[in-house]
Amino acid sequence: MTPIDPILRVEDVAKSFTMHLRGGLSIPVVDHVAFEVFAGECVVLGGPSGAGKSSILKMVWGNYGVDRGRIAVAGPEGVVDVATAEPREVLALRRSVMGYVSQFLRVVPRVATLDVVMEPALAQGLDPAEARARAEALLTRLNVPERLWSLPPATFSGGEQQRVNIARGLIADVRLLLLDEPTASLDAANRAAVVELIEAKKAAGTALLGIFHDLDVRDRVATRIVDVTGFATRRDAA
Amino acid sequence: MTASLLEAQGLTKWYGDRLGCRDVSFDIREGEVLAIVGESGSGKSTLLSLLSGQPAPTSGSVAYRMRDGSIRDLVSLSEAERRFLFRTDWGFVHQDAAKGLRMGVSAGGNVGERLMAVGARHYGDIRAAAEDWLERVEIDVSRIDEKPTAYSGGMRQRLQIARNLVTAPRLVFMDEPTGGLDVSVQARLLDLLRRLVADMGLAVIVVTHDLAVARLLSDRIMVMRQGRVIEAGLTDRVLDDPREAYTQLLVSSILQP
Repeated sequence: MTPIDPILRVEDVAKSFTMHLRGGLSIPVVDHVAFEVFAGECVVLGGPSGAGKSSILKMVWGNYGVDRGRIAVAGPEGVVDVATAEPREVLALRRSVMGYVSQFLRVVPRVATLDVVMEPALAQGLDPAEARARAEALLTRLNVPERLWSLPPATFSGGEQQRVNIARGLIADVRLLLLDEPTASLDAANRAAVVELIEAKKAAGTALLGIFHDLDVRDRVATRIVDVTGFATRRDAA
Repeated sequence: MTASLLEAQGLTKWYGDRLGCRDVSFDIREGEVLAIVGESGSGKSTLLSLLSGQPAPTSGSVAYRMRDGSIRDLVSLSEAERRFLFRTDWGFVHQDAAKGLRMGVSAGGNVGERLMAVGARHYGDIRAAAEDWLERVEIDVSRIDEKPTAYSGGMRQRLQIARNLVTAPRLVFMDEPTGGLDVSVQARLLDLLRRLVADMGLAVIVVTHDLAVARLLSDRIMVMRQGRVIEAGLTDRVLDDPREAYTQLLVSSILQP
């Protein structure tokens, strides 16, 4: 019997910020973070705001550095430890192994919505016609009106930008998908669409790690909940 | 395929007892964009000039993979070889377009001249290539016979880019490419640069003090201060989780990079 390896294994990770402009003040964020995410499941990070949930996602994405520990992502060419990987290795993971739906769309000036959504699929080498078809299907599913597709999303409402962001995050086929409150500014119909899209990713074998403040959404998508308060930095605990 | 196009090792430059830059090492491959950031006097411009082999560094080396696959130290190139690289394999986009353009020659001539320098002779082909490149940089082809003096700042900068890219270089150096342009003009130029870099698989080394430009264009970033690289890494990691005091100061000094 072969044991199944996780797509993501986080081991004993610690993170703090050192604020040099404030006399080297050290702000601890999390410590002893450890959990795994397997293919086909959605692990939800739980805990109050400020507990470090977003920071954990950012460390997995390589956006935040790590003080200690290991963040092992299983790619097609072996396991990469994001905590110590070279920038090129992280970029390669982002291109083909992991995706990230951030809370806010970082808008590139003048780029049309359809192109914003297609970009990650094209970067993976998907045929442009196929990428376009996927982008159109996702935007339709997420109720982004067709008349907006040729416009840059800079002037869209918060909810519209968020849906463009979700489409962009879901278009490519990745092994590991990170979701930072993807349903935060959505109405019930769009929340339901996102839940269905997440279920489809799970069924396709994607490993998902997410933050959902909406309890209803969380209960519907979560395979397991990892309580981040367990990773609190206990400076004053007994 | 994954070999370095250019690799700097321990690059150091002293001007008498004044330090230009010290012990800078990095490498770049085709398709990568590296930003060098820092305030004026940090050594960015010294480094950029050393990378093209002139002036010679006080110590250190710059290895470059030529089109035939051989690796050469740029310092050891003959003047003729270096000129050949400048004409064919490298682009250089200056902040001041007047430095990178010939202001007394038509726009079409500015683009065509670089092609002629690499051996193009057929007038019709050169004209067609110039028209094609003006279109790619979003300059109205009907203005091909005007001199750059009649162009706006943003158009001049786009013309400079066309002049540089027409010979299909592999490595492009950019020195504050959006400096001095209006914000809306900057956005258009950045979008254009992003697309061209991706389409042509260029290696780009861009020097800028503008962290927003670095964020939009580059994959990796090197932060320089007093001639040294004090922090380097993935662009979004360095900007969102800066480690060094000076990087934190740079990031905190701007509004939302």
